[in-house]
Amino acid sequence: MATNTREAHGDLVLENVTKEFGDFTAVDDLSLVVPRGSFFALLGPSGCGKTTTLRMVAGLEQPTAGRVLIGETDLTGTRPHERPVNTVFQSYALFPHLTVRENVAFGPKRRKASDAMRQADDALELVQLSHLAGRKPMQLSGGQQQRVALARAVVNHPEVLLLDEPLGALDLKLRRQMQVELKRIQSEVGLTFIHVTHDQEEAMTMADTVAVMNGGRIEQMGPPERLYDLPRTAFVANFVGQSNLGVGRILGTDGDFVMAEVSNTKVRIPKQRTEIHDGEVMFGVRPEKVRIHESQPDGTGNDVRATVTDVSFSGVATQYLVTVPSGANWSVYEQNLDVDPISVRPGDDVWLSWDPTHAFAVPVDEHGSKAALVEDGA
Amino acid sequence: MTTAVAASAREAGDPQLTPPRAGAKRRRWTPYLLLIPGLLWLTLFFIVPLVQLGSASLQSQWPGAPGYYYRDVNVGNYVEALRTYGVHFLRSLLYAGTATVLCFAVAFPLAYAMAFKAGRWRNVMLILVVAPFFTSFILRTIAWRQILADDGFVASTLRAVHLLPGGHITETWVAVVAGLTYNFLPFMVLPIYTSLERADPRLLEAGRDLYADRFTNLRTVTIPLAAPGILAGTLLTFIPAAGDYVNAELLGSDTSTKMVGNVINSQFFTVLGGYPTAAALSISLMILILVLVLGYVRRFGTEEVL
Repeated sequence: MATNTREAHGDLVLENVTKEFGDFTAVDDLSLVVPRGSFFALLGPSGCGKTTTLRMVAGLEQPTAGRVLIGETDLTGTRPHERPVNTVFQSYALFPHLTVRENVAFGPKRRKASDAMRQADDALELVQLSHLAGRKPMQLSGGQQQRVALARAVVNHPEVLLLDEPLGALDLKLRRQMQVELKRIQSEVGLTFIHVTHDQEEAMTMADTVAVMNGGRIEQMGPPERLYDLPRTAFVANFVGQSNLGVGRILGTDGDFVMAEVSNTKVRIPKQRTEIHDGEVMFGVRPEKVRIHESQPDGTGNDVRATVTDVSFSGVATQYLVTVPSGANWSVYEQNLDVDPISVRPGDDVWLSWDPTHAFAVPVDEHGSKAALVEDGA
Repeated sequence: MTTAVAASAREAGDPQLTPPRAGAKRRRWTPYLLLIPGLLWLTLFFIVPLVQLGSASLQSQWPGAPGYYYRDVNVGNYVEALRTYGVHFLRSLLYAGTATVLCFAVAFPLAYAMAFKAGRWRNVMLILVVAPFFTSFILRTIAWRQILADDGFVASTLRAVHLLPGGHITETWVAVVAGLTYNFLPFMVLPIYTSLERADPRLLEAGRDLYADRFTNLRTVTIPLAAPGILAGTLLTFIPAAGDYVNAELLGSDTSTKMVGNVINSQFFTVLGGYPTAAALSISLMILILVLVLGYVRRFGTEEVL
């Protein structure tokens, strides 16, 4: 293949990458290593810099500072067509004047592959669209266009494949289907996938590693289970799933636990689940880890009196909204396992309890936790 | 009227009430009634003159009475006209074709810059493209005659540096083609600009992402996306340019640069007994352009235009 695409193999590395647009810093000194062959998700609210990061990897934007490398090859400053990187665009960006097959063959043809059409057919087979190869993109449904866009990128066997909110335009059912499909294709072709999304569920179900971005920086990065189980910032606590948070003060330690006081209630946090050991702290516990009781439970000590403000039953689970003494609203998920379900109604006083080993603590950041909630509601 | 009836029925709160039959009947006729002014206009000012023109092209002259004709089917008019003025036809097509190509060469980069690079200057550029329309086409062409005149700045400078072999700019085919190019440029710029401006910039990015360098991307993505605009622009330039006589009249010579339009003009206004020839030339030109355009559109046309 005669081509001016750079040869580059290995992990994708971003080194202290910064991108400024005038006064606005879209990406702020970001460093990142994406292991070769992994499924990596960049998760964050709109405007957090995730798409800009993606575009810098593609070469569609050049960083203001920092380097972009694949393996040992520095790609900073190279043009998009020189990079072994392909993108699945958010709006698919299929060429309307070409057929599906010609769209997919576009990349191989530009690289002077003699069997461009055969490669295109193979890629279309991978996404199960061989029967529509002769159609124009306009004649396809959204989900089919999405697969064509994927085939058009995968056919080039890029070292890194970038997906910019690829499922954003699909309806819920189709999105679930495509999530599974994307996973399958990724493991089949073994390419590095970088998936940009604002949908935390999508990121968690698909990716091996999720990086949560906010304000041009990575807030936290790790496997989905770890991000969910132990958020390190208030933003992550509320953006990846929901959290019941409360600002308090560290009192001291008690064995393996750190003691804190949150609005006159003493709570315990496992030592290895907090990085803060004195001063102000934001205490958190996930809604499904909280139990709801009609009378005071005995023993644990981790209990709080609360008033129910809303009950919504959804079959497998019931969500309760309660007001805790600090005035904050918490939510509680109860699996409907018992024969006699708890029969509390709005206005009832209840007791909440939780296993203290599930508690966590993050630095106080009211702004971050609210920003995440606003985005979640949108 | 009909809507008023329907509205009052709704206000009366009676969903069972259907509009009266008279209303339904009137509604069915409304589209046709609305068509009448347009149809009348077209009949009076297009179909009738066209038929008139066709019949004039087949008339014969009264023997011995120049300027008087009788109704006939004299196909000889066409044979005679095409034999005598075939070279003018060729010249028209050649000049119009050259002007169209030149227009495209100037207009595409301009439209591209306006659509993708101009930023806040875009509207200023658009106004500049359209601004010449505020002055009459004839006046502007006369102005060019002054600018390109033998003792004008342009011609004398070129002569001084020995870049003007014939010594003139006006009275040559160069001046005629330049005049055509100048006069029809906006008709090329605007449609190309519109189609480029509408093109999704992500498509251009997708091309670059899929290993197309700048030139390849232009050839394989940008130009195909602008195809409807290019098609419209070339038609809007070529068709009027092929029938134009003002540029050849004002900028060309009396002998060697006459186009078909000039012949029709002089046959009609100055040659006694030239009516049938002028009519035959007009009809021939119309048919020729129609055939050329149909062939062109079939070859390069996209669904958006047809």
